[in-house]
Amino acid sequence: MIELKGVNKTYQVGETPLRALREVDLTVQEGEYLSVMGPSGSGKSTLLNMIGLLDRPDSGSYLLDAVHTETLPEEQRARLRGEQIGFIFQSFHLVNRLTTLENVELPMMLAGVSLGERRITAREVLAQVGLEAWSGHHPNQLSGGQLQRVAIARAIVMKPRILLADEPTGNLDQASGQEILSVLENLNAEGITLLVVTHDLNLGQRARRQIRMVDGLIETDTSVETDMSADHVPG
Amino acid sequence: MYLADQIRFNGQIFMRHRVRTGLLLLAVGLGVASVILLTSLGEGARRYVDQEFSALGNQLLIVFPGRKETTGGSPPVYGTAPRDLTLEDAMAMSRIPSIKAVAPIIAGTTAITVDNISRESIVLGSTPEIFQVRQLDVSQGKILPDRTRSEAMAVCVLGAKLKRELFGHGRAIGEWIRAGDRRMRVIGVLVERGESLGMDLSDMIIVPVRTAEQMFNSPGLFRILIELAGNADLPRTERRIKAIIRERHEGDEDITLVSQDAMLAAFDNILATLTLAIAAIAAISLLVAGILIMNLSLISVSQRRREIGLLKAIGASSTQVRQLFLGESLMLVSLGSLAGVIFAWSVVWIIGRVWPVFPIFPPWWSMPAAVGTALLAGLVFSLMPARRAAALDPVLALRGQGGRGG
Repeated sequence: MIELKGVNKTYQVGETPLRALREVDLTVQEGEYLSVMGPSGSGKSTLLNMIGLLDRPDSGSYLLDAVHTETLPEEQRARLRGEQIGFIFQSFHLVNRLTTLENVELPMMLAGVSLGERRITAREVLAQVGLEAWSGHHPNQLSGGQLQRVAIARAIVMKPRILLADEPTGNLDQASGQEILSVLENLNAEGITLLVVTHDLNLGQRARRQIRMVDGLIETDTSVETDMSADHVPG
Repeated sequence: MYLADQIRFNGQIFMRHRVRTGLLLLAVGLGVASVILLTSLGEGARRYVDQEFSALGNQLLIVFPGRKETTGGSPPVYGTAPRDLTLEDAMAMSRIPSIKAVAPIIAGTTAITVDNISRESIVLGSTPEIFQVRQLDVSQGKILPDRTRSEAMAVCVLGAKLKRELFGHGRAIGEWIRAGDRRMRVIGVLVERGESLGMDLSDMIIVPVRTAEQMFNSPGLFRILIELAGNADLPRTERRIKAIIRERHEGDEDITLVSQDAMLAAFDNILATLTLAIAAIAAISLLVAGILIMNLSLISVSQRRREIGLLKAIGASSTQVRQLFLGESLMLVSLGSLAGVIFAWSVVWIIGRVWPVFPIFPPWWSMPAAVGTALLAGLVFSLMPARRAAALDPVLALRGQGGRGG
């Protein structure tokens, strides 16, 4: 479903160009669980943004469901982002003036879903992450773990096929982090393709496929057989 | 994205930034209100003048002694002083068929005394025609008798205010008053009426023209008021009046004719131009409001970088982001305009109540012009911030606060 071929991306940082991705080739099947690890500046976030259609490659191609995305106009890329991809960020990125429920509704609002339908779906998804009782609260009334669960609810409310998590546990304590990761893994078990960027080796090793990046290159790409893989068949 | 959603979304932003929103609403509201109010005053002045002129009757011509043209400079062609306009001139004019009535006026001031009460007043010496020409009427007694066209008589008609000052609520008809060194009998009191063309008739006394001539010892008329017949040809009548004057003044055409229509048109013109100029000045405040909107929008865009990045990440296109920011400004301007319009109309209504003589009224174009200018300024000045928001790179915007590697 995801196919990157010879993707290059260079950022201008001050005077020196920073090659964030060099000739990256990566193929991800539907339903896979990938972790991307590597030191700071190794290009793992850039890879995630590339897959999430937030960034365009300088050269190379990115096929999503066999469609060349690098040439699509911005409007269509935005729609693909809204419909196919869910983002989870280290710092949650919730809108503070909106309630939990309204935050979860936000992607549907942008996609033009009517208010009534939005309310129902958002409540369902909040229930799925165990926060139905907090729907009227504002983000500043929630704990870190709860905030990230709201963010997950927001990421999956449009029923995307790909979930991209950039250091999802980076701002959380150990227990909340574990909890969040299991929420994500459960979603993966239900069929969603999950990519997690992390520098935490323990978390990264929970994924069935582990990618290690150094200086914009994929250094290692290892698949680990776990008992979870028996639960579903990669498509 | 639905319009209702956008309005709710922006409404939440306004609730979040109440002070900022309040100040912007105030700026826009004041701008809109000042355009409407100032143009209402201008329009009110125009209507006031219109009203005053129409109170004079429709076809009116005023004859002034002397000719308004360049004087001084090289040796004067006409003497230094214009020839007096006399009662005989007025009588000659009254023979022109297209003239319905001629009211010659001699004006002067003198002390009016009743018992020990004395009051300095303007005395108008005229004929019974003045009541017709200036559409005056008496509330008590009667107007000047017909004999006063040619004879002096010791009678007078008092303005309503003057009567009150001199007699209080007592009876004035039949009483004797002293005007300067003459005694005369009060035969009428004018109907109460406001000012007319800047002359407060209620504070004047009207006496027969011959009496005034003797009182002020001068045959020169202050002016002649002429009411034209309904179907009169104005230019033709003016030519005939000038011909009569030339004949009687040894070839000099030393009068100035001003028709009511010409005066009205001149005033109308001046006041309409003035109203437009005032509107333009007031519109500058809307420009200032627009610049304020731009500044605050730019601040808002940079404060909400992370939010904009997020919106893009969860599926908002650049167009949607631009629409959100433009919509925010337009909503603010609309709300501010609404407040300004309501405020302006309330003030107009209150002024109309407190000061009914002045017909304050917003000209038809002032509201659309004010609101239109406000919307235009809001739109133009938020284009740049909205474009900047739409162009934000989501990756950088999401990083916003920094502190994240990789």
